[in-house]
Amino acid sequence: MDGGIEKTNKPEMDKKGKRNGFLSGFSGPAFYKADDRVLHPFSVIVQKEIADHVRSWRFLILLAIISLTCLGSMYTALTSIREAIKPNDPEGSFLFLKLFTVSDGILPSFVVFISFLGPLLGISLGFDSVNSEHNKGTLSRILSQPIHRDYILNAKFVAALIVISVMFFALGFLVMGFGLIAIGIPPTAGEFLRIVVFLIISIIYVAFWLNLSILFSVRFRQPATSALSGIAIWLFFSIFYGMIVDLIVKGMVPQGYATEGQIINFEIFRMNLNRLSPSQLFSDATTTLLMPSVRSLGPLSMIQVMGTIPGPLRLTQSLLLVWPQITGLVAGTIICFVLSYVSFMRKEIRSR
Amino acid sequence: MNGNIIELVDLTKKYGDFTAVDSLNLAVKKGEVFGLLGPNGAGKSTTILMLLGLTEPTSGSVRVCGIDPVTNPIEVKKRVGYLPEDVGFYFNLTGWENLMFTARLNSLSGKEAVAKVNSLIERVGLRDAAEKKTGQYSRGMIQRLGLAEVLLKSPEVIILDEPTLGIDPTGVVELLQLIVRLSREDGITVLFSSHYLHQVQQVCDRVGIFVDGRLIAEGNLKQLSGKLYEGAPYIIEAGVNFDGIDLKNTRPEEWLQEKLRGIEGFIAVKPGADSYNIECQTDLSAVISKTIVMAGAGLNYLNKKEYGLDEIYNRYFEGGRSNGRRH
Repeated sequence: MDGGIEKTNKPEMDKKGKRNGFLSGFSGPAFYKADDRVLHPFSVIVQKEIADHVRSWRFLILLAIISLTCLGSMYTALTSIREAIKPNDPEGSFLFLKLFTVSDGILPSFVVFISFLGPLLGISLGFDSVNSEHNKGTLSRILSQPIHRDYILNAKFVAALIVISVMFFALGFLVMGFGLIAIGIPPTAGEFLRIVVFLIISIIYVAFWLNLSILFSVRFRQPATSALSGIAIWLFFSIFYGMIVDLIVKGMVPQGYATEGQIINFEIFRMNLNRLSPSQLFSDATTTLLMPSVRSLGPLSMIQVMGTIPGPLRLTQSLLLVWPQITGLVAGTIICFVLSYVSFMRKEIRSR
Repeated sequence: MNGNIIELVDLTKKYGDFTAVDSLNLAVKKGEVFGLLGPNGAGKSTTILMLLGLTEPTSGSVRVCGIDPVTNPIEVKKRVGYLPEDVGFYFNLTGWENLMFTARLNSLSGKEAVAKVNSLIERVGLRDAAEKKTGQYSRGMIQRLGLAEVLLKSPEVIILDEPTLGIDPTGVVELLQLIVRLSREDGITVLFSSHYLHQVQQVCDRVGIFVDGRLIAEGNLKQLSGKLYEGAPYIIEAGVNFDGIDLKNTRPEEWLQEKLRGIEGFIAVKPGADSYNIECQTDLSAVISKTIVMAGAGLNYLNKKEYGLDEIYNRYFEGGRSNGRRH
């Protein structure tokens, strides 16, 4: 400290009102502090990325949209939860989970909202992660620091994932908290765990879209192109894919005298086609978890159903049922990540 | 290490059929300021990327501080500061924050980082702008911030790729002086790429001229011009005043030619901008001045013409072009 600029701490700067309004209390990443710690470069990049996300307008807008979603779905759930409970309902004891799945038919439920908006969240946090650094001329500068090249990509992914996780858990727990106040029935441990698993699966789902958009951000030089590609794929799966599957399947519907085996095979084929879509995997997984009475995602024969007493599955059984879906989502995420990793490591980084 | 801090042996980089760098051999000594001079697309930036291990050579070997950047880029990047062409900073952060980020990437502790960042900001003259977002910085300020960032890691070598691009003339002078001062004070080796001759001429100890991926000449100015103009005529620049002389309807250079014809070793007179270039085989300045004065003309000045990088540059590029059709 040679008496140069008298500045040892970031918060002093913040007090001058440089940050936008309500974030002025935010003291900035730990790497601005004049302490004795030597931070690992990876954690420095992650900290910076998180700070960037949290301070960006983009994130605030997304946060606002998702918060509105939460409020809206809470409202529908609370107004229609009374009708939702029927006598002898096997899920009667899982009243709390209904907060997330019940809808009044006008506004979609929380789960449907998340499956629709999750991709948007993932795409918008990742679509300019690499190409904007390149366009700003910062990428070659950072890469000439003594760090491994993959730190940048990994840190971008980890930072966005942390932001998403914190956001989802906060929102999920807020919905639980409000629900608790509104309906006055506390969740059981089982319900709580189911909600936690549901939140984790939502995070994986968003992580898939995040990685897809990071992949585009490595491949495409223009952020607009990469954002558009991500949105195109999202729209394709959420609007057109179902239609296309219907079109394919229509010609293959078994005729009136088809055997039971043929019908079952046809149904399985149709479902498998649908399951190529990540949103289908997500909705399969979440409905099973949040509706414990769901026993199978495929067709059941009369013999299988005969003699069963309608009752909820245990959490482990539900998890077992959707394990393939979860694996599929994780695999999709990993494939996107590996593709972007490989193409980023091979890329020659020139200045702008 | 034999005193060479950068050693390139038969370095080649190909992009498909295109050869960006063609069997380059280059050695830069510790503590010198070396200028890489060449037109755009000559392979300067590619060479620099290979020095840092940011791209792999097709063949040949690179040694920076005795380390191979292909197998051990991290060690090289610890010792080499690189200021890329058209460098950018995170414009939503202040200059100070940007430097802190880099400092922490270089594994400095918080205290060291703050002390170093503050002193460097002072040193490059950005103290008043330290708390401004870099989005508001001018191009020259960005370059100075870039220089401060390069110095953060206390490098042994600094590589500057077109550092003066897009800066106004006074900014260029300031930046160049800053670079030279840093190099002299701290004994840092500087590799400096540019296509502006005058800047290279001002600061570099030695120059390497790059055309079409090949280093066609290297050395200091004197060596370069000596190599290039071997056997070329000796040129003396003369400012002559013809007041009170009857030129008898001839042009002044013809009059001069007439008067100087008798001198042994004289070749020709060619008109320059506001002087005359007298070509001869040896240094005849004494005889020439005497002859001109005796003939009754006024001699304003007589100047032995040194070749600047301008001439060298043009000459080499003509050469490089004419024998450079390799593709």
